[in-house]
Amino acid sequence: MLEVRELRRAFGGFQAVAGVTLRVSRGQVAAIIGPNGAGKTTFFNLITGHLRPDAGVVFLDGRDITGLPPHEVCRRGMGRSFQRTNIFPNLTVFQNVQAALISHRRRGLDLFSRVDGLYRDETEALLVSLGLVDRAGETSRFLSHGAQKQLELGIALASQPRLLLLDEPTAGMSASETRETIMLISRIARDRALTLLFTEHDMEVVFSIAEKITVLHQGRVIADGTPHEVRNDADVRRVYLGERR
Amino acid sequence: MSVLRRIPWALVVVAAALLVPLAGSRFYTFVATEGAILALFAVSLNLLLGYTGLVSFGHAAYFGIGAYTTGLLMKQAGVPFVLAFPAAGVLAAVGALVFGFFCVRLTTIYFAMLTLAFAQIVWAICFKWNAVTGGEQGTPDIPYPDLGWMARLPIAGDLGTSDHFYLLTVVLVAGCLWVLRRIVGSPFGRILTTIRENPERAEFIGVNVRRWQLLAFVIAGAFAGLAGGLFGIFSSGVFPDFAYWPKSSEVLIMTILGGIGYFYGPAVGAVVLLVLNQQVTSHTEYWPLILGTILIVLLFAFPGGIVGALDAAVRRARFRRA
Repeated sequence: MLEVRELRRAFGGFQAVAGVTLRVSRGQVAAIIGPNGAGKTTFFNLITGHLRPDAGVVFLDGRDITGLPPHEVCRRGMGRSFQRTNIFPNLTVFQNVQAALISHRRRGLDLFSRVDGLYRDETEALLVSLGLVDRAGETSRFLSHGAQKQLELGIALASQPRLLLLDEPTAGMSASETRETIMLISRIARDRALTLLFTEHDMEVVFSIAEKITVLHQGRVIADGTPHEVRNDADVRRVYLGERR
Repeated sequence: MSVLRRIPWALVVVAAALLVPLAGSRFYTFVATEGAILALFAVSLNLLLGYTGLVSFGHAAYFGIGAYTTGLLMKQAGVPFVLAFPAAGVLAAVGALVFGFFCVRLTTIYFAMLTLAFAQIVWAICFKWNAVTGGEQGTPDIPYPDLGWMARLPIAGDLGTSDHFYLLTVVLVAGCLWVLRRIVGSPFGRILTTIRENPERAEFIGVNVRRWQLLAFVIAGAFAGLAGGLFGIFSSGVFPDFAYWPKSSEVLIMTILGGIGYFYGPAVGAVVLLVLNQQVTSHTEYWPLILGTILIVLLFAFPGGIVGALDAAVRRARFRRA
């Protein structure tokens, strides 16, 4: 599904991502962990086209997407949520998801249809699956942080991605919101047969849903394998898990 | 309240506007013509400012291009208005396409500065290209379109030429506003608002942000050009001032004064600023001072503009009654 080879990116003299190779197979739930500054977000930005890699290649479904602009990457079947919540704050919850559908169905150049009722059923169905349908008419910036994160997930899902990248989907959430969100994500991933790649600080979350874990440290992969393998890896225990306990 | 909501206010305003010449004052017709044209100009800018989130400091460029296109075609080439008027929109759109291609490659203040730079180029061409534009003096004596057929209409038949041109202006402006209204209420318009709200996110729902920004820029330019085409005839001459930066800032002020969050806000702003200007300058020479004061009060006390303040007042009243 996703194959990344020898990806590199430096900022000034600092190697943020220093030759990362990674493979995520179809339907897999994969996590990337690592201490702050390990290069997780930079790595995501390189995959999604927000940053250009200095070297290396990214393949999505066997096709080279290295260096494509974000909107092209999105069109090729990748969805993403951002670490800092990224929604359309002054649009309603309904409009947020609807806009993503308009773009995905290539209706964005339609200048004369009325937009109000467009894709109402699809939008509402998606909002139902996120538990946000009761709040469809609310301006999205008034939602709680957790609900905004869920809405962002809905925006990403509206493009019907095959691969979904989530950058810290539970950042800043309370314990109960975290649990709820994780259950939501794993249910949606299962229902839609999504391939999922996510970063996360919360180790409990990672080890509860990931089938495969990659550990980044100083821009390099120091371990890659099942949760069981990673948990027992000596390097990981030393540089990362050890530090946290 | 629900009864008030059901009234088609846009039609009421258009109908009322059509009655202005019956007041029998040439001055009213004069102000109303200018108001209608500037309303269209301001609403066209708001497609960028309020809907796409792009601040243009050079919207007068397209107004100027439109004015010169219609004016010169009608005066120098004898082209009838039915062709010279749409030509203003087309040429302004072409100008906006060329300039906008470069502008949308920049963001925020750099975008704004580049729009200003291109507008100054347009102004310089109008100012210096004596053989075509008439240079500094402009080109006077742009003729009125042939509206002889209006003389055969009931009621309107008794009115003068400038009244006839006013009626034509009202109809054309109303038509343009209707089209713009459809555009902002379309799927395309919704995509523009996502760009205003969050370009990064818009990009990652698959929107080629620059392409949509450019399209908005072209459409806004086209309608500014149509407004300019009418304005040249109204002023019975086209002058470099039409494309000069004070014209760009004037339309920006109108738009913000009326309220960028509302479709008709800029139109209200245009009419209010025009009438205020007329009234105040007849009493005092310190119009710029008063304008400055109004702007300061507005920006601090009513950031939503006139229409935003009215909207908030209506909401409060309704809330209290409920």
